[in-house]
Amino acid sequence: MTAPELEVERLEAAYGASQVLFGVSLAVERGETLALMGRNGAGKSSTLKAIMGLLRPRAGRVMVRGREVTGLPPYRIARAGLGFVPEDRQVFPEHTVEENLEIAERAGVAGREWNARRAFEVLPLLAPLRKRLAGRLSGGEQQMLTIARSLMGNPAVMLLDEPSEGLAPLIVQQIAGLIRTLREMGTTIVLAEQNSRFCLAVATQVAVIDKGEIVWRGSVAQFRAEPEIQARYLQV
Amino acid sequence: MELTELLECVTALSCVVTQVSAGLTIGMLLFLVASGLTLIFGVLGLVNFAHGSFYMVGAYLALAGYGATGSFVAATVLGALGVALLGLLCERLLLSRIYGADVLMQLLVCYAIVLILDDVVKIVWGADFLSMGVPDSLRKPPFVVAGGIVPYFYAILFLVTAAIAALLAWGMGRTKFGRTVRAAAVNPAMVSALGVNTTALYAIVFAIGAMLAGAAGALSAPIRSVVPGAGVSILIESFIVTVIGGMGSIGGALAASLIIGLTRSFGSIGFPLFVEGMMFVIMALVLLLRPSGLAGRRSP
Ligand SMILES: Nc1ncnc2c1ncn2[C@@H]1O[C@H](COP(=O)(O)OP(=O)(O)O)[C@@H](O)[C@H]1O
Ligand SMILES: [Mg+2]
Repeated sequence: MTAPELEVERLEAAYGASQVLFGVSLAVERGETLALMGRNGAGKSSTLKAIMGLLRPRAGRVMVRGREVTGLPPYRIARAGLGFVPEDRQVFPEHTVEENLEIAERAGVAGREWNARRAFEVLPLLAPLRKRLAGRLSGGEQQMLTIARSLMGNPAVMLLDEPSEGLAPLIVQQIAGLIRTLREMGTTIVLAEQNSRFCLAVATQVAVIDKGEIVWRGSVAQFRAEPEIQARYLQV
Repeated sequence: MELTELLECVTALSCVVTQVSAGLTIGMLLFLVASGLTLIFGVLGLVNFAHGSFYMVGAYLALAGYGATGSFVAATVLGALGVALLGLLCERLLLSRIYGADVLMQLLVCYAIVLILDDVVKIVWGADFLSMGVPDSLRKPPFVVAGGIVPYFYAILFLVTAAIAALLAWGMGRTKFGRTVRAAAVNPAMVSALGVNTTALYAIVFAIGAMLAGAAGALSAPIRSVVPGAGVSILIESFIVTVIGGMGSIGGALAASLIIGLTRSFGSIGFPLFVEGMMFVIMALVLLLRPSGLAGRRSP
């Protein structure tokens, strides 16, 4: 049996003195799309940041394709095969769209399939903006840019933090389509979301996080069959 | 003050040509030092108080290199590359440990480097003034432009420094490396999360910054006396330049360096006792009118 693409074991993390993750465990197999769902403040973003090395884990382990990456600097974790799309997007505002992509361009563990040209093919709304400064883009355009940018590193696993948050339906559709395409290519995806409609449309697995702990996990079909889980952990 | 002489000079084309060319050359040498300082500050967030010492070591290495080879080109390359290596060592062994520390800690560690380098220089080359003089191969009759005299060596210095500045601008603006460096200056965590080895990037940027100081020291060795502690005044001038130009802005540093260079050359005629003071006056004025410098970003 091969190791999961991404495995997180009893991960704990804190901002200064306030602990926010209390032993998060996840395992995502190759080609799966895991929806990490939970209320605002449940710990979704912190989980992704701790996996990525942007928030230093206090305890627990992160394994990428069978290799332990816990505590490594973010670039080593990225090179182990992770791509990251932060919730606040973090485009490089004084660089053009093209330059944003160029900075991230590198051969990854998944080969060299992605480059700027292909990114513009799968995100056609972005193509006419290639010479525009990223700081001048709308929120939705920036979101597409951050997704495209993370693809440039040819990751095996993508961590997407609320990619549909606050976006126009047309852009949400394009992003959903891209996530499906990625899944078909064998890319493993972790999707942090509050919006269960978007999640359920693209995910294969669901994990529900609450107060820094995973409280439920299962397939999308099982999740749909348990409305009380949705009511207990996802309603605001 | 000799303001009448200054007035006479600015009304005579020949005098203007002479002073402007001298001012531009001084300014460009200053720019090399200051651009390294501002690059290191802009990307690493480190105020490199040891930058003047790198300049000084560059001058000594050039002196030694010239003595050994008789070639000014070899001497300059030795000064620049030797100091790049020295910078790399300082960064890896000491400074990389204090990124993000407060400025007092940075001052402390850099000052240690300053003291060590001053002593090393004294042990190797002695405490006395040394001078290199303009290399024989570059002793040519001056250019005469509109009656004004432009020393041959100054013209060479101006061309070389301008070429280095152009190379720096090209590297920062037109290469993937430069674009990555500029992105890392704004958002290092995101750049790292995209797989860029920011540890190595910082080390390289620091070495480049040091190399610029070393090159400036080497290039100015023939026209300035080489002495332990020679880094202090150039460090202060570079700080003035960075403040006038805007912390972290290389374009701003260029404008400010030329302003300071011209202030020096015209000031030596008009207010020779107040040249240093005038630089501070200009800095104060800029800070009053544009607190973040000529090209500085508005504070976040
Ligand atoms: N930078 C931070 N500093 C301190 N606390 C934070 C920070 N970011 C998030 N938190 C806290 O951590 C908890 C989890 O937040 P987060 O991971 O952002 O949740 P989610 O992404 O699920 O909305 C919240 O209580 C939040 O207030
Ligand atoms: Mg969040």
